[in-house]
Amino acid sequence: MDLLAAEFFNWAVIARVWPMLWSGLIQTGLLCLMLIPIGVLGGILTMMLATSRYRLVRWPTLMAIDFFRSFPPLVLIIFVYAGIPFLGVQVPAMGAVAVAFFLNASSYYGEIYRAGMKSVPKGQAEAARSTGMTAWQTFAFVTFPQAVRNVLPDLLSNTIELVKLTTLASVVSVPELLHSADLARSLTYNSSPLIVAAGIYLVVLWPLVRLISRLEHRLR
Amino acid sequence: MESWERFVFTFFNAEVAARYWPQVLEGLWVTIFAGVAVVITGITLGMLLAAARTLGWKALNVPILIFVDVFRALPPLAIILVLFFGLPNVGIVLPSLVVLWIALGAVLAAFSEEVFWAGITSVPPGQWMAARSTGMTFGQTLFMVVMPQAVRLAIPPLTNRTISITKNLALGSAIGVSEILGQANSALSMSSNATPLTMGAFLYVVVFAPLIMASRLLERRYSWGNH
Amino acid sequence: MLTPTGTATAQGFLLEALQIRKTFGQTEVLKGVDLQVKAGELVFLIGPSGSGKSTLLRCCNRLEEPDSGTLRLDGTDLLAKATDINQMRRKIGMVFQSFNLYPHLTVLGNVTLALRQVMKMTRADAEARALENLELVGMVEKAAAYPAQLSGGLQQRVGIARSLALQPMLILMDEPTSALDPELVESVLAVIKALRDRGMTMVIASHEMNFARQAADRVVFLEGGQVVEAGSAEQMFTAAQHERTRQFLRQARH
Repeated sequence: MDLLAAEFFNWAVIARVWPMLWSGLIQTGLLCLMLIPIGVLGGILTMMLATSRYRLVRWPTLMAIDFFRSFPPLVLIIFVYAGIPFLGVQVPAMGAVAVAFFLNASSYYGEIYRAGMKSVPKGQAEAARSTGMTAWQTFAFVTFPQAVRNVLPDLLSNTIELVKLTTLASVVSVPELLHSADLARSLTYNSSPLIVAAGIYLVVLWPLVRLISRLEHRLR
Repeated sequence: MESWERFVFTFFNAEVAARYWPQVLEGLWVTIFAGVAVVITGITLGMLLAAARTLGWKALNVPILIFVDVFRALPPLAIILVLFFGLPNVGIVLPSLVVLWIALGAVLAAFSEEVFWAGITSVPPGQWMAARSTGMTFGQTLFMVVMPQAVRLAIPPLTNRTISITKNLALGSAIGVSEILGQANSALSMSSNATPLTMGAFLYVVVFAPLIMASRLLERRYSWGNH
Repeated sequence: MLTPTGTATAQGFLLEALQIRKTFGQTEVLKGVDLQVKAGELVFLIGPSGSGKSTLLRCCNRLEEPDSGTLRLDGTDLLAKATDINQMRRKIGMVFQSFNLYPHLTVLGNVTLALRQVMKMTRADAEARALENLELVGMVEKAAAYPAQLSGGLQQRVGIARSLALQPMLILMDEPTSALDPELVESVLAVIKALRDRGMTMVIASHEMNFARQAADRVVFLEGGQVVEAGSAEQMFTAAQHERTRQFLRQARH
């Protein structure tokens, strides 16, 4: 038992590396603030392209969605990170992460929005159009709000996945929480920093996970 | 144009590709093997946990819920690192492939438990009543009447989740598992060329794209009954 | 935007649909149908299921695009490219068999949405107008309720208020009571009657023959995508000229 405590709950080590963990946490927070809107809004764009009236727009979009959904996000991040310099631009690791996440997340969010739009009965759009509302107004005020309500648990769940995905940025040395924790581990030869990082993720994400479960049961 | 040529040389170098293809291909078998193992154990465990919840015993439900919530909330990479670096220091030494399998298996079990549970609770109570009223036991009802229906309901969300989680096999490269990315990375540093990475990415797409399309078909087949 | 043409105004038809054709896939649902409605008339569209009544109504406000034919509202050509169909739809109300109320908005919200978005009314004006119209259909106490909390009959009344509030020239009703329990049908028919007494022009596709006998001015019998017979309500119900019409009316009575 002592061994467990010394390895995983070593307060001395934790106290020493806390500043590193804290700055990692901030980085993760910033990453989320940047990436979640990118994904959520990118998803709306993707959904609109995927439900376009024009086959020339729809098909490539659907193929792209399936392509980016079949790419492990880690591989995508590494690829973009290694590849972007060849476009002549020097972007910091964060930029590569942002691009990779945009491609990955908007495919996932796009699929969810698409399912949501499909679940809204056709009669809703008809009713709105029959009162003279334009296609845009109908989308914004009648069909899209209902689509979002219908898939809210999936949207939230995907957002939680995004938060967890930020840990992948550690592989390209973005100093987010897990990266800092792992660095601390290698410096102290002790796993407590990792436990603290895991604990932080738990504290932040557990309530959201519970919330989703409850939402899912209520909407059923 | 010069940078385009450099791009092709770095990412699509035929010579490097020929030399390292066998190595990267080896990673494919590891990925497939680990993937099958994770999927089978994860889904089976998830189903059993969901079945256990139907008993309604608090003593069982509380640990199950804690397990499920924890493994749904933690980032898989964090779980992998904690197990990989922490266990040896408390005397448990496991090969990295086993660590990967345990970590991802637990995550899949947690998510699939939730999906199966949602399926079970969606089966109309009338089904239980009908079966019990003909004298079937709780266990018989569960496994012969309710579960089959719950599984049908669970298939669309489950296929999605399973694919997401198995893509995390790429994380194995972080702890030295010789799956696709792991092999590609080592070939990358040996050759100082990113072409193995392209090959690895290609292999992943080859593995997962059909799975994704198959899951779309499965979803459509099992979905219209739902509404 | 209203550009009256000579012929239409001269004949005094508010809504004129001539030789409307519509094909879905392989099936020709409307095979050259005429519908002419004068201001203040209540026209009943009757006919078996699949006869094209619903499609005809939806062609009238271009929810379905007619393949060919003419469509004029108070003289304005609705099919012309220059016509702003969204503004024109304001003048044609529609009530649906499945109500199609917006579930995420309150009753009041359902009525004010188009007032604010299409007619650009201010919130205060829109709410005032909405409440007036809810009053007309007897739903003003439920203004803050959500559609899910209302029975079918009440929802349909809100649906009627929603199109009334735009002050349309006429209202198209596609089987307004077919999805309602029998006890609730009466209340909706009462609202329709009240509208008729106030002079609202309406075209109603429905199976409610008794109501048609009491309240309709003209009846149009549609079968297989064609008008079999059309005439005044009195004439159709007592002395229809076609055997098929008489047959249909006999069956419907039971």
